[in-house]
Amino acid sequence: MSEEALALHGIGHSYFGRMAVEGVDMALRAGETTALVGPSGCGKSTLAHIAAGVVEPSRGRVVRGYRRHAMVFQEPRLLPWAKAADNIAYPLRLAGGLSSSARRARAMEAAARAELEPADLAKYPAELSGGMRQRVAIARALAVEPDFVYFDEPFTALDAALKRRMQDLVIAAGRAAHFGALFITHDLMEAARLAHRVAVMDARGQGIAGERPVPGSPGERDDADLFRLAHFWLKDDPLFRHINDIDERRTA
Amino acid sequence: MTLAMTVAAALTDRAGRVGLFLWSGWAGVAGLALFAALWQAGHEAYGAFILPSPLATLQAAADLAQEAESWRIAAQTALRAVEGFALAALVGTACGMAAGYSPAAMRLARPILTVLLGVPPIAWIVFAMIWFGSTDGMVIMVVLVAATPVIFVAAAEGVMTRDRGLDDMARAFGGGAWARFSSLGLRQVAAFLFPAFTVALGAAFKVAVMAELLANTGGIGGELAMARSNLDVARAMAWVLVAVAGLIAVEYGLVHPVRAEFERWRDAARPWGVKR
Repeated sequence: MSEEALALHGIGHSYFGRMAVEGVDMALRAGETTALVGPSGCGKSTLAHIAAGVVEPSRGRVVRGYRRHAMVFQEPRLLPWAKAADNIAYPLRLAGGLSSSARRARAMEAAARAELEPADLAKYPAELSGGMRQRVAIARALAVEPDFVYFDEPFTALDAALKRRMQDLVIAAGRAAHFGALFITHDLMEAARLAHRVAVMDARGQGIAGERPVPGSPGERDDADLFRLAHFWLKDDPLFRHINDIDERRTA
Repeated sequence: MTLAMTVAAALTDRAGRVGLFLWSGWAGVAGLALFAALWQAGHEAYGAFILPSPLATLQAAADLAQEAESWRIAAQTALRAVEGFALAALVGTACGMAAGYSPAAMRLARPILTVLLGVPPIAWIVFAMIWFGSTDGMVIMVVLVAATPVIFVAAAEGVMTRDRGLDDMARAFGGGAWARFSSLGLRQVAAFLFPAFTVALGAAFKVAVMAELLANTGGIGGELAMARSNLDVARAMAWVLVAVAGLIAVEYGLVHPVRAEFERWRDAARPWGVKR
């Protein structure tokens, strides 16, 4: 296995003739979290979907050096008819090869790592709050014991306090399981908290504009330093100049 | 939580849901009582020849139930209706899902469906009589034609309105096409199919009786035709009662419990206090 967990070579993709991303080259090291930031509609999500194999790219090549990946989406994407425990075990059912009691045990373990209460595991998604649903989605990702996880703006819909708790959860899980991750976000503070490196996508999806390392390692950094860093990026670093350029009329 | 506690909790949960289902039967009984009262009023206004009283009809139905021959006749109709319904469920579900997944197939199917629905149902009976003669096959074909479109539309609708986000989720976790279809596609289509099955089953019974009556191929329809020629209104109504009772038995004994099992999560989604 190479040192690279994931390598993207010249990725390009168009939806119905409309170009979404073009000429993206990217290399992610194993066991490292890379945050991918960029203005809304620049193709970050598309790129994550391509890398995770959800979308087949029109051009380019994806080389996966990791063993098994998992994904957490912006919406929880839980099966409404299945209880939380069955939702967590769902990817194991897809993979096959495990007895239903073994699947259950793995799901319980993952639920504990996502700090879910046992009582909530017997509930349907409709009975859980938004934060709890996203927690179930994280547990579902952890259940497959991945060594690489894709996060596609998973906490955008949560309030500030909940968001922090979820970030801490991801940091703790990442440290315990040593998985690498591609974390899509448009929140620089979130990127700085979670990642080892922050990559910035070109505003029009034309490749990666550049990247910056984040000093220290996730979970051991001082919030005040992170705040200063994010502020510096936003104010004085030309790489982040277009990060808040949002034209919602063109991002449909 | 110990195993015994889990089992006990599951049993109480189950007993509670069965109790709720039976309790909801009271509302049904009340509605039927109101209907019987209106019927009785009609009987008193127009006399026994035009409209026999509910009790007289019940008595006639009870007399019918005493005869082994009438059970055979009712079973004949039921078997034809259920065979036609099963075929319609098979054909409708398969074609409907194919059309739902393939927009091209849907475009082709839609005008065909419009044409088929435009043909008067009675015309199908004429065709079926010519093609099959006075046989079971004739009744089954008419039922098939009548029941398939409802199921087809529901299956196609279920596939087209499925949550594609779930599909992507499963793909991200490495789910192949078959795994995604069996664990997500079928489950989402089922939610649409069950109501359609209920409607189609009702239609199957009604159409079977109609086809039997018009083609004089025995069964309940044949008995109705005989009662008509004898001007025996009480007997005709008794047979109708038998047909309706059979339908209600199938619907509440089979269709509703199965659907409730599938739709438990919907109940959970309702806020406390407004269940049912």
